[in-house]
Amino acid sequence: MSATLDEFRAETRAWLEANCPASMRTPLPDDERVWGGRKAVFNNPDSKLWLERMAERGLTVPTWPRAYGGAGLSADEAQVLREEMSRLKCRQPLSSFGIWMLGPVLLKYGNEDQKREHLPKIARGEIRWCQGYSEPGAGSDLAALKTRCEDRGDHYLVNGQKIWTSYADQADWIFCLVRTDTTVKHGGISFVLFDMASEGVETRPITLISGASVFCETFFTDVRVPKENLVGELNGGWTIAKELLQHERGMIAEIGRTVGGTVPPVDVIAKRYLDDGAGRIGDPLLRDAVTRHVMNDRAFGLTMRRAAQESEAGMASGGVSSMFKYYGTEQNKAKFELILKCAGTQALGWEGDGFSAGELDICRTWLRSKGNSIEGGTSEIQLNVIAKRVLGLPD
Amino acid sequence: MNLVLNEEERILRRGAQEYFNERLPVSALRKLRDDDDANGFDSAAWREMADMGWAGVLLPEEHGGAAFGYKGLGQVLEAAGRTLAASPLVSTALVGAPLVLAAGSAKQHAALLPAVAAGDCVLALALDEQSRHAPSTIATRATSDGGGYRLTGSKTFVLDAHVADHLIVVARTAGDANATDGLTLFLVPQDSRGVEVARMRLVDSRNAARVTLHDVALGADAVLGPVDEAWPLLERVLDGARAGLAAEMLGTAQEAFERTVAYLKLREQFGVAIGSFQALKHRAALMFCELELTRSAVLAALDALDGGHEDVAALASLAKCKACETLELVTSEAVQLHGGIGMTDAEEIGLFLKRARVAQQTFGDAAFHRQRYADLQGL
Repeated sequence: MSATLDEFRAETRAWLEANCPASMRTPLPDDERVWGGRKAVFNNPDSKLWLERMAERGLTVPTWPRAYGGAGLSADEAQVLREEMSRLKCRQPLSSFGIWMLGPVLLKYGNEDQKREHLPKIARGEIRWCQGYSEPGAGSDLAALKTRCEDRGDHYLVNGQKIWTSYADQADWIFCLVRTDTTVKHGGISFVLFDMASEGVETRPITLISGASVFCETFFTDVRVPKENLVGELNGGWTIAKELLQHERGMIAEIGRTVGGTVPPVDVIAKRYLDDGAGRIGDPLLRDAVTRHVMNDRAFGLTMRRAAQESEAGMASGGVSSMFKYYGTEQNKAKFELILKCAGTQALGWEGDGFSAGELDICRTWLRSKGNSIEGGTSEIQLNVIAKRVLGLPD
Repeated sequence: MNLVLNEEERILRRGAQEYFNERLPVSALRKLRDDDDANGFDSAAWREMADMGWAGVLLPEEHGGAAFGYKGLGQVLEAAGRTLAASPLVSTALVGAPLVLAAGSAKQHAALLPAVAAGDCVLALALDEQSRHAPSTIATRATSDGGGYRLTGSKTFVLDAHVADHLIVVARTAGDANATDGLTLFLVPQDSRGVEVARMRLVDSRNAARVTLHDVALGADAVLGPVDEAWPLLERVLDGARAGLAAEMLGTAQEAFERTVAYLKLREQFGVAIGSFQALKHRAALMFCELELTRSAVLAALDALDGGHEDVAALASLAKCKACETLELVTSEAVQLHGGIGMTDAEEIGLFLKRARVAQQTFGDAAFHRQRYADLQGL
């Protein structure tokens, strides 16, 4: 087993070294992030090459079956791939809600036609997806959603409004929660897929406290959806919706940990602004606060690793995605508050020449981080889920 | 790094929990306290533990040990932590045995280790001299005297010293008061002339004592390990102690937490279970998160110790720091959420609070380990 893994590691390393372009081994600036899709933008031509090479071997979705565009790797092999990519500092070739959110539930709940139609396009970055969940009246209480989906014989007709639809104006397709029965709450929701180019779809970007954002309001007026685009059972969407939310929580927790824009780790910033002359953090109270943060970060990282190993060993415990979503996002917010304290007023610039690009980035990212514990289920909802599902506390 | 238990470790964990639940439940500690037990632990139980291999859990088989490693011992300690079981597991199995193993000569191994593994020899590390853990702040002096040494100084919070067969005394043979260089370990029979042991009555009802060394005369064969250079050995064993104690504390925290959650489901006010109140649910869920992080840190440290991981010092400090923070949080919340009954001596939850604070101070509290982690990581 481990000998095979060692071989796999050696092969992977050699392949990455030969095929990952040099510029793909540098930190990923936001404007070079590749989201794929019909309107794909490659600000660095190497990004396109890198995506194609990885996709050709199924490595954009390493654990998916080969038939659906993956590489069919085991969890251990996928871990080796991650480690080797991290060792070489390889960028992820593709950022994709299709990979992070839709793919896992489509693999489980989609029919064969749906899997063969959608998964390979996700793996290759050909179709970019967005998520139609929240509505103006359905935030934390997501199941209160009202977007109607009526059976019109040979097709469905969708009418309603979504909000906080990330990248709705950039996406090609949407996975969308709709109401197919108004007489029951959770049991009247279905999970449908449709093309954002359909007639009757309109998107409007939302400006946040941090400035321009990826979020949109999305309006549906008499949108025709082919019936084969229903995933799972009619009125059986809530189960799929909840499972997808777990993937989303995991994704947000992970993003919170690993990106945060291009802002360096808190200890690096603390040393930059508070150097004691010997390369250490000069302010004793902030040094303690930074240390506390860094230690919690490490314990959190170990917990994610433990959960992955437990899952691999078939010992998965419930409620962990809520814990990761809660802790990861709160930790990310705490990181930015700590960075503001260390960098002082230089981290509070909105625009202009008095601040470096990195400092302006800190300020915007700090503001944006406030949304981490709201989107994808608020921190309060995550704690409710832990209390109920893990601890069994009564309603 | 392996953060899950293997089959053998899971069996050990289950067996240990059954043993402590059955043989040394929390009521056993209460009885030791109320009886003012002279020994401070149940000797028969300690022998049973030795028979199961726990006294020599870290020792290789050639010395009569069970060689389960730190991860194995961690499982036993976590189980013991759940019932607040008093025993020489920490003083002897976790600290004394690996220190003698790491530092001792073949002759010292033969003289002590089989007896330790058999449960016939309790060891006590006489280290700290102040009320807060400061392992290199050593004023106790050992001066050469002919072929041997004379020891003078005073130690505090020496676990199990009053029932120990041998003390392992950390003394200064060279260097300044806070230097890590110049420290030497000495094996001192507890009944040596000039050794004065005064039991400390601590709030957790567990064993600790002050040890005063009045010009104690020792032969050259009392030296354990290299002269002046005990620090690396000592620090490594202390890191094992920190990780192992963190495992015990994790068990204590987990048990206090589970008892509290059970109480939230049971206790009714305003006609409903108080666990239905969101304010209390959220506090419980926060504790759950901290316990999970602590468990990961503890497993990582134990795994690093067994695997000879280079980062063992930082991981041991991470484990002990998280264990201290989480145990403080959970035991304080446990008393609060139990309400008035939590303040009574009759209810057991208070015993968890009392044990918690002593364990927090043992081998360095959260502040000590944050400071150490920052230094180790160059922050």
